Amino acid sequence: MASPPVTRPEREVRDSVVIRFAGDSGDGMQLTGLQFTQETALAGSDLATFPDYPAEIRAPAGTTFGVSAFQIHFGALDITSVGDELDVLVAMNPAALKVSLADLRMGGSVMVDTGAFTERNLQKAGYAGSPLDDDTLAPYQVLKLDLTRHTMDAVDGLGLSQKEALRCRNMWALGLMLWMYGRSRKATVEWIQKKFAKTPDIRDANLRALNAGHAFGETAEMPSHVAGYSVAAAQLPAGTYRTVSGTEALAWGLLAGLKASGLQRLVLGSYPITPASPLLHTLAGFKEYGVVTFQAEDEIAAICAAIGASYAGSLGVTSSSGPGIALKGEAIGLAFATELPLVIVNAQRAGPSTGLPTKTEQSDLYQAVFGRNGDAPLPVVATATPSDSYVVAIEAVRLAVTYMTPVLLLTDGFLANAAEPWLIPDANEVKPFPVSFRTEPEGFQPFARDPETLARPWAVPGTPQLEHRIGGLERQHGTGNISYDPDNHQRMTNTRLEKIRRIAADIPLQGVSLGEEEGDVAVVGWGSTWGPIHQAVRRLRAEGKAVSHIHLRYLWPLPPNLGELLRAFRAVLVPEMNAGQLVTILRSEYLVPAQSVSKVTGKPFKVREIEEAILKVMEK
Amino acid sequence: MTTTELPQLSPKDFSSDQEVRWCPGCGDYAILKAVQKTLADLGVRTEDTVFISGIGCASRFPYYMSTFGFHTIHGRAPAIATGVKLANPELDVWVITGDGDGLSIGGNHMLHLLRRNVNVQVILFNNEVYGLTKGQYSPTSRRGFRSPSTPMGSIDNPIAPGAFALGVGARFVARSIDTLTPHLIGVLKRAHEHVGTSFVEVFQNCVVFNDGAFAAFTEKGIGPEQQLHLEHGKPMLFGKERNRGIRLRPGTIALEAVTLGEAGVGMEDLLVHDERDHALAQLLVSMRPPALPVALGVIHCDPAPSYEREALAQLGPKSVSQLDLNELLRKGRTWMIGG
Repeated sequence: MASPPVTRPEREVRDSVVIRFAGDSGDGMQLTGLQFTQETALAGSDLATFPDYPAEIRAPAGTTFGVSAFQIHFGALDITSVGDELDVLVAMNPAALKVSLADLRMGGSVMVDTGAFTERNLQKAGYAGSPLDDDTLAPYQVLKLDLTRHTMDAVDGLGLSQKEALRCRNMWALGLMLWMYGRSRKATVEWIQKKFAKTPDIRDANLRALNAGHAFGETAEMPSHVAGYSVAAAQLPAGTYRTVSGTEALAWGLLAGLKASGLQRLVLGSYPITPASPLLHTLAGFKEYGVVTFQAEDEIAAICAAIGASYAGSLGVTSSSGPGIALKGEAIGLAFATELPLVIVNAQRAGPSTGLPTKTEQSDLYQAVFGRNGDAPLPVVATATPSDSYVVAIEAVRLAVTYMTPVLLLTDGFLANAAEPWLIPDANEVKPFPVSFRTEPEGFQPFARDPETLARPWAVPGTPQLEHRIGGLERQHGTGNISYDPDNHQRMTNTRLEKIRRIAADIPLQGVSLGEEEGDVAVVGWGSTWGPIHQAVRRLRAEGKAVSHIHLRYLWPLPPNLGELLRAFRAVLVPEMNAGQLVTILRSEYLVPAQSVSKVTGKPFKVREIEEAILKVMEK
Repeated sequence: MTTTELPQLSPKDFSSDQEVRWCPGCGDYAILKAVQKTLADLGVRTEDTVFISGIGCASRFPYYMSTFGFHTIHGRAPAIATGVKLANPELDVWVITGDGDGLSIGGNHMLHLLRRNVNVQVILFNNEVYGLTKGQYSPTSRRGFRSPSTPMGSIDNPIAPGAFALGVGARFVARSIDTLTPHLIGVLKRAHEHVGTSFVEVFQNCVVFNDGAFAAFTEKGIGPEQQLHLEHGKPMLFGKERNRGIRLRPGTIALEAVTLGEAGVGMEDLLVHDERDHALAQLLVSMRPPALPVALGVIHCDPAPSYEREALAQLGPKSVSQLDLNELLRKGRTWMIGG
């Protein structure tokens, strides 16, 4: 800070930038990314983030499989994807460089901590020689900084151990990056002050590191060829914004749904599982909102407690990921058969079996639509973006209580963790769908039905003269008594299917997210592929191609006009992060020659990949 | 809450209009009657009472009651009951289960229900066999039990339900016999009175697949000699002549049966039942004929706050409808764009 500011090149103006912070899983890369996100959002940029971390809490330090990364794509434009290629890579050690370098665009910038490029770390990352000394980094702009030494210098005198001091490296790097993009440090400073309020030494060390990194950019210490960048604010609609992750939006949506239903209590039964646990944590923070969170002994108990809660008049919710949903299968059938409302959240991850717990995939669509014994279809809804989870959660609650049925809400590991700026909606705009419990004894039958929705009455224990018995054995229509009558089983099966089918008339007609309702190619997606599909279609449309983006929120029952809509295109392309599940459903439902674009690497689609797939179809 | 006087219900008023479909002579009939009598005696209301069961012969029980009832899936009744109590702690919930349902497929849920201490009554019908699936051995079947799935005899060591319950932290453990109606009713009333999970094991005879499994202590004439009816604060006496008793074998922590007046044994040597004594309960629950009588009645009762009471105490005082969601959505850092 002693040196005066130097004359350096003007800040280079950019429409959008993709940065990745990569380091060891103990290096605090997720926190660094989140703080950068916060400052960037506050500066008015649109953005999308992609946290990518290993399944192990502390994988062996310095190894490639222990690399934790946080990618952010931000800019003055409408940002819909996390970015195909990196403009800037911050590599805190050789392993991080090794894992991420292939994603850096030619000519992109890479900042490395030379202090971490020790013989031992190079060896652990699998480098024969140092990539800083050979031509590995020749195609890029390289900023070699001894972050380790700079950080140690910054916190000198605070009496920290070397280990504690080095933990502040991420704040030093963050400070420099905030400078590079002309971002404020205000929110980060406040965050550090709050987080480390009880440990003043650690607080001061983090603040010093942050400020030192920032000052480094301002002063002559920085190589003079490195310019800062200027990324203008995005042209976003006016209003009050915040950043929101998919998990937060989902939790708030459930609360908004609870309020719209008029029910007094939400009971979440859940069992810890990656990547669904954050929903349990988030809802556990809303006890003042009438939320009971129950961490059950297993996945089965979790859903069963939620079913018990719904039976007794609360909104039962259960959350898990694919393997846990598999365990819940029998209980989902019980809720379906006894016709009780329930919201089942599946934060999908790469499968099968334990699969890749921290990597994203959308391969539980078959499980959601078909995965039960007997004929037991459920409404299935999917969220497309982090903030979309708010609306979709409200809708899941509405369908569950209106039709007295379990509803499957599909999100995924990417959406659960990713964040984006959100124009905060007015909660009062949610249209109420008040639940009325049956209280009238006259003519009461537990399996009599609403003529329109075919829903049975919700008659909760505690209501005089409505005592009745329900269960998993087939129930006689009307009375609900056990019935082995063949015709009754046929009738009840048909009625249950018809009830779910009728939901199609109570959901919006399928529209196009981008483009016309006819043309050469319809690119049909669902879930978190929204961003890259949207961007790919936008680019090709800019080139004059007759391509449209159709994104499904309702996966079962499908919107009533979908078949007609798909037939208005010469070709139907379905990009999915699975081996082709929606495409099979569309083909079987509509007999359309839909084609699959499949990707199951545990990483989101790149815009380019989808663009190429569309162009290939157009060539035919 | 209504203030009008409600009519007292009779045992019959707790019976549903459904035909009971257990095998003729099944011990379940007697338990059903005892429960209906218990509820009538207690003066509870059918609308506030919920019977929740899993799968198995015993689990058909809710269909025969005029209360609310939920016949769920195999082994999961404890978890469903927990959810019911979290939604509405005012409901009076009974969990009906069997040895297979409650200790095999649902053993894990039973464990957690008991350790959490959810305020429900569990009646575990123990007949030491799978009835509904036609006679396979169960987790309480004794070693050597021959069944369609164990033609050469079971080699599994059986679970002792009471010992299991005590081991996982149950605060109310009691035992009775299907046909010992007045005793069973007494036990069920105590179970109902207890706040927290009440675990009641009922020795229930399966006439078709395991007839006479408990004859060693239930056969006519044998009872008084092979049953110890526990009463809190009373010495442990049994036998037709009330001249036999239980004491700690001197110098050990093992129980033994003694005869008053023999070898200098007097009343002062006998153990006095203390329901709160967990260690004593563990000894009592493991007594087996013929060396020792079977302990019946309330073996352990040591109340503690219920799970749902503590869980719901953590909720805020406001109802959801009073809460401002717009405030929630705007909590934390926000920023304005444009106008």
